Amino acid sequence: MATPPVSKLGRVAASPLALLFLLPALLLLGALVVYPIGYTLVRSLFDASGGRFVGLGNYIDMFTSSATRTAMKNNLIWVVVAPTVVTAVGLVFAVLTERIRWAAAFKFVVFMPMAISFLAAGVIFRLVYEQDPDRGVANAVITSVHDAFGSAAAYPGARPRGNDVLAAQGKGYVSTRSYGPGDVAELGLVGVPPQSLPATAANAVAPTAASGGLAGIVWLDFSPGGAGAPGRIDAAEKGLSGVSVQALQGSKVIASAKTGNDGRFQVSGIDGPVRLRLAESNFKEPFGGVTWLGSALITPAIIASYVWIWAGFAMVLIAAGLAAIPRDALEAARVDGATEWQVFRRVTVPLLAPVLVVVFVTLVINVLKVFDLVLIIAPGSVQDDANVLALQMWRVSFGGGRDQGLGSALGIFLFLLVLPAMLFNIRRFRQEQR
Amino acid sequence: MTATAAEPQRTLARQALGAPRRGVASRIVGRAGGGVVQVILLVVGVAWLVPALGLAVASLRTADANASSGWWAVFTKPAQLTVSSYRKLLDNPDMVHSFWNTVKITLPSTALVVIIAALAAYAFACLDFPGRDWLFLGVVALLVVPVQIGLIPVADLYNKVGLFGTIPGVVFFHVAFGLPFAIFLLRNFFAGIPRDLLEAARMDGGTEWGIFWKVVLPLGLPAIASLAIFQFLWVWNDLLVALVFASHSAAPLTVAIRDQTRQFGSNIDIIAPGAFLSLIVPLAVFFAFQRYFVQGVLAGSVK
Repeated sequence: MATPPVSKLGRVAASPLALLFLLPALLLLGALVVYPIGYTLVRSLFDASGGRFVGLGNYIDMFTSSATRTAMKNNLIWVVVAPTVVTAVGLVFAVLTERIRWAAAFKFVVFMPMAISFLAAGVIFRLVYEQDPDRGVANAVITSVHDAFGSAAAYPGARPRGNDVLAAQGKGYVSTRSYGPGDVAELGLVGVPPQSLPATAANAVAPTAASGGLAGIVWLDFSPGGAGAPGRIDAAEKGLSGVSVQALQGSKVIASAKTGNDGRFQVSGIDGPVRLRLAESNFKEPFGGVTWLGSALITPAIIASYVWIWAGFAMVLIAAGLAAIPRDALEAARVDGATEWQVFRRVTVPLLAPVLVVVFVTLVINVLKVFDLVLIIAPGSVQDDANVLALQMWRVSFGGGRDQGLGSALGIFLFLLVLPAMLFNIRRFRQEQR
Repeated sequence: MTATAAEPQRTLARQALGAPRRGVASRIVGRAGGGVVQVILLVVGVAWLVPALGLAVASLRTADANASSGWWAVFTKPAQLTVSSYRKLLDNPDMVHSFWNTVKITLPSTALVVIIAALAAYAFACLDFPGRDWLFLGVVALLVVPVQIGLIPVADLYNKVGLFGTIPGVVFFHVAFGLPFAIFLLRNFFAGIPRDLLEAARMDGGTEWGIFWKVVLPLGLPAIASLAIFQFLWVWNDLLVALVFASHSAAPLTVAIRDQTRQFGSNIDIIAPGAFLSLIVPLAVFFAFQRYFVQGVLAGSVK
């Protein structure tokens, strides 16, 4: 080479030297990234063992097999839901934290999951989603909220003795005869294990007729040791507390009452004969929480754990964008009489749009490749229902499937899905260079 | 890739995790809503902590205790707390071995990416050669290539050269797929170094190699720190690549824990402390280098 010409930028034209600096990177990128793209493309046209050319056969398999179609459906749910929710949550957090003094602490906590692995997050949420409300914190919270609102005392499996006082109606029971004011109703039930009664349960006491109202009792018509007689309130038989009793005229509820600790209740405000109903709610199974890890909810449950991990990312990027918004634009809008909501909708969000797009696109690319979370959180029996493309690609080609033709086709499919993002990157980069 | 120069990024990072700034949309929530906002954010913050706290506490209880009651039982029975699960974990040679494998995979991957990317970024930012811009555009294009596309071909390649199942095999794969982002990040940072500085060094008779070592690398240290932390976390936390390329003896902690999760309920006394061990290291890195980490995130979107 002759004397090295100096370019307009003042950089030294040094091709051989540049090559030396670039060589390690180019070798690794060429051998392990660029060449595999071509190889995978070719490999996807061959059968499982790679010996026979099958054309587009693997792609046809991919779109017709139910396993990959479930994976595609789930991926679609992921791509639509996860980036939207994460971006929205991040925007809300970023805006709200502008107002508080301990914003740094809050951001730190929410951002922290970004540092840990999907595997660890998966284990964390496997524990959170444990079905048993005594062990999984999600169901523990939900059942305690539920019990705070619903009636806690329920007697699943309770039923009348076959003595014709009560008859089944749906899952509840209705008295076979009518009662008027001044009558006494003795409604005995069996089928409740005495040890499952609440600790406050008191011995049943025969009610006395009340003037103008109807008195009654709901009790456990069973004496330990079989001493008592059916249909009679014997000593040491317990009242059933918290049972809701409805007075029916025709099929209309005209009054209702709840039994006390000794099982007694009073219905007032009735003027004619009524039938008494023990509503279904007294007999339903206790609420055992939500089956997060069942086939129906598994994908939303895993997406929720993804939101836990990535919300901090969106929040931090959007907060940085918010901080960069010129104050004058906002002040100008306010001076012009815009409300705070209008300022947010018409000024802040449009100015934030580039950041929101970057966050959203980043999340879409990331979501397309989600793998570890599904593998760890979905128990083996529901993994087919929770399947996603990246997981299916691994299962087909390495995790037992051994069909690297189909695996390659799935790899190419994933690659095609991120291709728009690649073009987006290139275009944006070229614009920045100009 | 939100910003090309480094200084704005650092400012952004400071603002992103720093003290709150009044104004902008803050007044949307209204003056009356201040207290409500505090309460909402407090609840959200607690909700964000509870899942991880659950794992931490579960790892400090015996398998029997975990099977019979929720981790929150320790609030009433603090005597349940014990390190017996951790002792069991440390007595398990497979788990201990896999922990060291994680270290042996992560450190070289991080170091190699930093060195190789810094060299390439220097060429892209400070040297002139034909096709430079096109080549760099190629690197930008590779930013989003999913690792899935590399798994099958590289497995074949490794089988031929005897790297399959080995730690170096896993390392090279991580380095290759980490390079596009690494080169991109460093090149953009190096491009912000004033030209005059380089020219002055060249006038003084400095070689390109010397300028790279004595001028560009020291100035690029903040970006290199971001990159190193990012790469460290990415490799440390990886499951998929190791699942494919690491044999049993080369398997890192994530793979070892994943093997245990197949009997999740019965192995909880290994899984919980193992998962906690695997997350406490990146978390410590995050604590220590928060500023650089956030910079990396700000620079690393659209990867």
